[in-house]
Amino acid sequence: MNPLTMNHNLGLLADGGSLLFRPPSSTAAADVDRLFYFILAICVVFFVLITGVLSLFLVRHYRRPGQRVQPSPSHNNWLEIAWSVVPAILVAVIFMWGFIGYLNARTPPDDSYEIQVVAKKWSWAFIYPNGHVDNNLHVPVDRPVSLVMSSDDVIHSLYVPAFRIKMDLVPGRYSKTWFEAIQSGEFDLFCTEYCGTGHSLMNALVIVHPSGEFETWLNKTATFLIEITTVEAGKLLYARRGCAQCHSVDGSAKAGPTFQGIFGAEHRMASGEDIVVDENYIRESILQPQAKVRAGYRPVMPTYQGQLKDEEITALVQYIKSLK
Amino acid sequence: MNTLALNRKPDEPRGGTLHGEPTVNYLHCSRGWKSWLLTLDHKRIGVMYLVGILSAFLLGGIIALVIRLELFTPGKAFLSEDRYNELFTLHGAIMTFVFIIPSIPAALGNFLLPLMLGQKDVAFPRLNLASFYFWLGGAIFFLIAMLVGGLDTGWTFYTPYSTTTSSTVIAATFGIFILGFSSIFTGINFIVTINTMRPPGMTWFKMPLMLWALYATSIIQVLATPVLGITVVLLTAESLFGIGIFSPELGGDPVLYQHFFWFYSHPAVYIMILPAMGIISELISVFSRKPIFGYRFIAYSSIAIALLGFLVWGHHMFTSGQSKLSAIIFSALTFSVSIPSGIKVFNWLATMYKGSIRLATPMCYAVSFILLFTIGGLTGLFLGALATDVHLHDTYFVVAHFHYVMMGGTLIAFLGGLHYWWPKMFGRMYSEFWGRLSCLVIFLGFNLTFFPQFILGTQGMPRRYARYEPEFQWLHQLSTIGSLLLGVGLVMAAAVLVHSLIRGRLASANPWGSATLEWTCDSPPTHHNFESIPPATDAYDYQDLVFDDEQDGYVRTPAEEEPLPDDAQQPVLI
Repeated sequence: MNPLTMNHNLGLLADGGSLLFRPPSSTAAADVDRLFYFILAICVVFFVLITGVLSLFLVRHYRRPGQRVQPSPSHNNWLEIAWSVVPAILVAVIFMWGFIGYLNARTPPDDSYEIQVVAKKWSWAFIYPNGHVDNNLHVPVDRPVSLVMSSDDVIHSLYVPAFRIKMDLVPGRYSKTWFEAIQSGEFDLFCTEYCGTGHSLMNALVIVHPSGEFETWLNKTATFLIEITTVEAGKLLYARRGCAQCHSVDGSAKAGPTFQGIFGAEHRMASGEDIVVDENYIRESILQPQAKVRAGYRPVMPTYQGQLKDEEITALVQYIKSLK
Repeated sequence: MNTLALNRKPDEPRGGTLHGEPTVNYLHCSRGWKSWLLTLDHKRIGVMYLVGILSAFLLGGIIALVIRLELFTPGKAFLSEDRYNELFTLHGAIMTFVFIIPSIPAALGNFLLPLMLGQKDVAFPRLNLASFYFWLGGAIFFLIAMLVGGLDTGWTFYTPYSTTTSSTVIAATFGIFILGFSSIFTGINFIVTINTMRPPGMTWFKMPLMLWALYATSIIQVLATPVLGITVVLLTAESLFGIGIFSPELGGDPVLYQHFFWFYSHPAVYIMILPAMGIISELISVFSRKPIFGYRFIAYSSIAIALLGFLVWGHHMFTSGQSKLSAIIFSALTFSVSIPSGIKVFNWLATMYKGSIRLATPMCYAVSFILLFTIGGLTGLFLGALATDVHLHDTYFVVAHFHYVMMGGTLIAFLGGLHYWWPKMFGRMYSEFWGRLSCLVIFLGFNLTFFPQFILGTQGMPRRYARYEPEFQWLHQLSTIGSLLLGVGLVMAAAVLVHSLIRGRLASANPWGSATLEWTCDSPPTHHNFESIPPATDAYDYQDLVFDDEQDGYVRTPAEEEPLPDDAQQPVLI
């Protein structure tokens, strides 16, 4: 239907997407796209009109020998009023359409499933009603999900291009947004409010579970620490709770020191003191990150006080220990 | 008048006193560095501003190229994340506060405003010199604050990121405030000069539209900049006395900072674009040899834009958590600004109708401006509409949009104006062939750089990302290649102008056949510009201006039956 919607896959475009957009995957996305294409049509008409008239005048009235300026009016009230009023009507329509779409996007349905979101430099924590915390956003398909969001440090912004939603997370207040995914699969989630070193790596996935599978997934999460070994649990927590954004496990340097071979080694702190990394040092660094900062690194790690249970910290320590 | 006669080496191509007795122009009337640094001459101050802002532009431009090169690959090419963040902050801050805001008003405006009024100088020459030193001091202070602090906050300095991660954000904001004072001084000077020093016969509605644009710009400069001062005071009070204003830990509101910031910085956008529109109004009229169509509508639309521009700052914050009601009001007001901007474009087109259009270099820039500004303006519709803005906010779509307006608009108009008034400023003609070619290369390079960024944005690529998903790479690569082409075009344009200073043909008083007063004095003007205040003429009446071979420029002759000027009578300028 739309000339810009290209059915053939360029290899770079996701299935069902167009040159301009990722496939609309939430109930609101198609509406946003319709408004976009409506404005685009207006833009194309005006751009072609302006370029056409400009080219026509350039050719017809180009200065040639003997050519004279022909008499023409210096102003024309009706013409000028017309080209003020017609665009004014068009922008009024655009405004109304955008306004209605916006109100819908800001008003979650009463029966929506609520997930808490906490952002911190540079990871996301999605907190489920049963207490499970995940670094990816797992949601059921075809069910309105509302996000109640806050930030632990600076302003972040949650953006899911496939759903056409975006909302800032401001420290000191809650913000809300909602969506209803219409197809299962994995979708990119980006941070779009600049937040420092790891801003461009502060992304996550929205995992939309097919009908019925979301509940199964959620039930499993409640027991994962029991069913697997402590080291495996630590590895999962490492990925899920944001450690991986800044600490590698392969020796490469990121915003924080690598975990590989860190346990048992002696390292110089910013204070000049040399410290052997043991269980207590790791625990302290998780709960009070600024207490002993490795030399050469900036004191940027947020605290996990009150956010990790004791057995989770133990699992992380065991995992770090295992990284020889 | 052959004004360079006193300074010409014997072997230069065109010697002698071609058009009359030699006079001493402002460039050579006194010598020594003191005669420049302590000058009260608006023309010398304008030239010093020009050198200053072009240096800032060069610095900002080199940083832009480094950023684009890093973005050629999705992963790390050669910049760490921290380095990348510092560079995009520097690029944005230098280009916005040190280059674009003062570019047209302070550099070209200072030079031209008294000339267009037939005056010797602006109303307050000392204030004018002070404004230059405030600019210089502010620029240096600002750069040092950013470099010492390794500021990586983006040019918007949003709290609490800026206040919690960097100690120098207050210093940097203070630097902008000093720069702002330079704007205020220039603004006051221009307002008073235009109000009190118009020559006999020049009523408000006989002023060249460039003066209307500078007047509207000055009003914004004087009214908006103090808000920046208030912001600095509040930031300082918070950090010194622990009063909770912006910091959530002290009970403040970080979004309040955004209101303060954009209350200044959005009107600043109009400080950038209004004088550009003034330049384009002059260029289109002169090179079409037609009076500007709908003069009053253009003049009023400048004032309308200046006033409405104060009421739209909230459109930067549709996703920030401001109330729904304020988002809706700001969206509606934002659309209201699009109308006067559209009117101007239509009026420029109507001016060309039945004209006698000559595509000299400045006119090539004017045509580029119309195309690029139209794209920049139209893409603003997507961002003013709430539902689409939620998707596009803080993506590359916004980056592309404001570069089309700021660079495709203001910078292109600045270049057009610079090429137009260059003969007046320095008394030399540049090569038309190379001038036009560089304009074309800039136009193509610009579009190749920024058009792909619209698609990056709709596809969901966030801005200020040092690393990105591989799916975006092909668009980033197009953009990087475009930026290199754009760089080549700008270097060519610079080379054309610099070459003209050394080898250029001497310019006559009125090489383009313009009817505004600045073209009635010598090129370059003498120290006092005019022997006596010339009577105002119709700024857009080209009937009596005919090309004179002997003068190598246009002269005004009493209205009788004369052949109209055409290209055949002009030497080919290559």
